[in-house]
Amino acid sequence: MNKNWQNGLMLLAVIVLISYPLLTVKAAKVAPGQEAVALFTGADGQAEAVIRQLAPDYQPWATPVMEPPSGEIESLLFALQAALGAGFIGYYFGVRRERARQRAATGSSRAA
Amino acid sequence: MHIMEGFLPAEHALVWGAVSLPFVALGLRSIRKKVREKPELKMLVGVSAAFTFVLSALKLPAVTGSCSHPTGTGLGAVLFGPLAMAPVATIVLLFQALLLAHGGLTTLGANVFSMGVVGPLVAYLLFRFGRLVRLPQGVTLFVAVTLADLSTYLTTSVQLALAFPDPLGGFAAALAKFAGIFALTQIPLAISEGLLTVLLFNVLAKHSAGELQDLGLPLAREGARS
Repeated sequence: MNKNWQNGLMLLAVIVLISYPLLTVKAAKVAPGQEAVALFTGADGQAEAVIRQLAPDYQPWATPVMEPPSGEIESLLFALQAALGAGFIGYYFGVRRERARQRAATGSSRAA
Repeated sequence: MHIMEGFLPAEHALVWGAVSLPFVALGLRSIRKKVREKPELKMLVGVSAAFTFVLSALKLPAVTGSCSHPTGTGLGAVLFGPLAMAPVATIVLLFQALLLAHGGLTTLGANVFSMGVVGPLVAYLLFRFGRLVRLPQGVTLFVAVTLADLSTYLTTSVQLALAFPDPLGGFAAALAKFAGIFALTQIPLAISEGLLTVLLFNVLAKHSAGELQDLGLPLAREGARS
């Protein structure tokens, strides 16, 4: 299999892996008077709930330095984190590509 | 995999911090040494760190109905050795602990241990083993990184179970509960991380074959078909 095809298929597989749960997992019907179960919450938070259940007397002895004031600010910071990383990767491959192109260009001009 | 601020008893937090610290120090030394020998590798260290930045910022949904994130530390471990990712994970975890209230300063040691020490070590060892028995490189990388991602979340489960054993079932019952949350959700995400890592590695093989060669990863150009 050609590498481009292989890469394309892998990307497709990742998209399927991510979108499949979004399409198939549905919230359970909520009986009147019951609280709806939130879907797609963070596993970290669920672990916290288990801790509270296993050790109800446990008191966290430190609090976060800074909590994002809202979900929007939190997503801003996560987007910033991802953008920094993606930006650098894009820059790197841009440099590599251009360098290879120039090397090829000077190589061929020398040959000419 | 983020154990939240204050959610490990002080002595656990101290022990994990003490365990992780030497790995971070040795990791810094190993990166510095590699970069001093071959300065052009600096950019590739940056790419490995950037990949960790991206992947650990993405909260992805899983069929369990909860969300979690990949770690992205497998790639750097395979490229630069098992120690190099401890400092990188520390930077990412510090960013999230300070600004996002994800993880925390008291739990930093424990979180660095799962994401920056155990995961990279598993990735590195499995990748080396796969090369030793001459499995195709792409397959080896995928398996190594996928299992590394899972091992990080299993480590978190163990850390929490050690700190909060079940009043009836003890450590094992608590581990089952925490692993039930972390490991199951993580399976599809770990597969995604494995695939994305192989993808990035393929692009690196195309554009940075020289650097990969310097790192002892000679590429069978078109021969390593999987």
